[in-house]
Amino acid sequence: MNIFIILGMGAAVGFLSGMFGVGGGFLITPLLIFYNIPPIVAVATGANQVVASSISGALSHFRRGTLDVKLGTVLLFGGLAGATVGIWIFSLLRSVGQLDLVISLLYVVLLGTVGILMLLESIRALRRAAKNQPVSLRRPGQHSWVHRLPLKMRFKKSKIYLSVIPVVGLGFGIGILTSIMGVGGGFIMVPAMIYLLRIPTNVVVGTSLFQIIFVTAYTTMMQATTNYSVDIVLAFILMVAGVIGAQYGVRVGQKLRGEQLRALLALLVLAVGARLAVDLVVTPADVYSVVSEGVYR
Amino acid sequence: MRAVAALLLALGLALPAAAQVLEDRPVEFPEKLEIGISTDEIAISSDFRGADLTIFGAIEGYDPSLLAQRKYDIVVALEGPKDNNTVRVKERIFGIWVNRRSMTFELVPESYSLSSTRDVETIAEPPVLNGVGVGIQHIRLSPIGYVGDGSTITEFREAFRRLKESGGFYQRDPGGVQFISASLFKATVKLPASVPNGTHVVRAHLFRDGVFIAEKALPLRVMKTGIEQMISNAAYNNALAYGAFSVLLALLTGWLASIVFRKD
Repeated sequence: MNIFIILGMGAAVGFLSGMFGVGGGFLITPLLIFYNIPPIVAVATGANQVVASSISGALSHFRRGTLDVKLGTVLLFGGLAGATVGIWIFSLLRSVGQLDLVISLLYVVLLGTVGILMLLESIRALRRAAKNQPVSLRRPGQHSWVHRLPLKMRFKKSKIYLSVIPVVGLGFGIGILTSIMGVGGGFIMVPAMIYLLRIPTNVVVGTSLFQIIFVTAYTTMMQATTNYSVDIVLAFILMVAGVIGAQYGVRVGQKLRGEQLRALLALLVLAVGARLAVDLVVTPADVYSVVSEGVYR
Repeated sequence: MRAVAALLLALGLALPAAAQVLEDRPVEFPEKLEIGISTDEIAISSDFRGADLTIFGAIEGYDPSLLAQRKYDIVVALEGPKDNNTVRVKERIFGIWVNRRSMTFELVPESYSLSSTRDVETIAEPPVLNGVGVGIQHIRLSPIGYVGDGSTITEFREAFRRLKESGGFYQRDPGGVQFISASLFKATVKLPASVPNGTHVVRAHLFRDGVFIAEKALPLRVMKTGIEQMISNAAYNNALAYGAFSVLLALLTGWLASIVFRKD
């Protein structure tokens, strides 16, 4: 393992995450896998890295008062339950030898979907900008099936009266993704909170970061105690490089135009997904593999 | 189900009797094997790139005429810590390579380094070597669990040996054992760079004209030292504290960064 490559990887992903305001977990884990780090280690270490990259954002949102702790706590209940189930699935997949495959497949689906959606969105935005049309904010309807669910709760900070069922459900799903894929899940949670739950945009990012920190921290603990797969040295190098890279990313991001940047990120995401997909299809050098069960360690 | 139970019961009853028969037959050879290593513990640092381990030994009570005809052969094996190992084979499903069939072998050494007076295959007949379990081709590989009609055992055993050899975990050196005087010998076994941590066993076997005569085993503890191993030990032995520390380190790194790079 070359420390400079890891540093470069961390800094590059940190730069991108600062530029686009994303966590970067969904790029770190596949990059580690490309660098021949076993997927089980890449996922657990990725989750640990996300803790560090999310904390500074969450702190600044908390200071600005754009973090709904109550809503975040309800999300967190679902998140912790989801992460627990996810770790269980993770261990099960590992014991039957399908873990690497499932991680790759999930990434191909996730990166492919996110990449295509982002690309379409930014192309639309670029066209709009070319025609000099004003950005038409789609006014979401006031009520949908989500808002007819029972067990409603009032979230003062978000100024919303909402059923806890979809909130816990969303947290649960993200928790599973965190433990199996080593991502924070902000890139799914943020759109879901805005478009599905109709939560005001100003509290969405801070609140999702709040839940991400606790769920990734919990996942790191679970991975360390059940699969012994957290590499603290690797994680630390990635963290340090990542937080520094993010600072420069933020600066560059403020100077450049959003739509073109997003189109670039979409292409990058698609490229990473495509590379993983190719690895699944190409005939492996050796179809046989051997693993030590670690029963008598 | 009942038939199986009855069979097991019958076996259970038959086994002590069989053992009795074996004990009654005196299979005593005059030859004995003695070996010695300078240490029973090896400390390995993180920059370890592999090394040779020298083992001295002697045949006692040998027949001088047989020795002169080079009828004695010695095989020394350094067996690593044992664990269950699973071999998997990928097959193509809808265009994607997926692990399909697998077989788990019970308690096989993680590493195996063999040194002998000549090629092990020429020392004794395969059944003898299989019985003793010496030689990469003859090491005991017993599958655990359901193996179907058993037709795939050979396939998985061969794959296991090939993977272990190509990975450098299993090595052999025909000619690594040399006589330095009439009955005194020196064996050189290789410690691979990836030598696993734990208790290894140096096992020496004496063959006389293709017949297994005697065996002698000595334990050898391989201890990895240095910071990498310390971290690895902590990850396994104090997993909870290790996990908590990982989280704490992440929180601290993120928090410090937010202070250092604060804009106002």
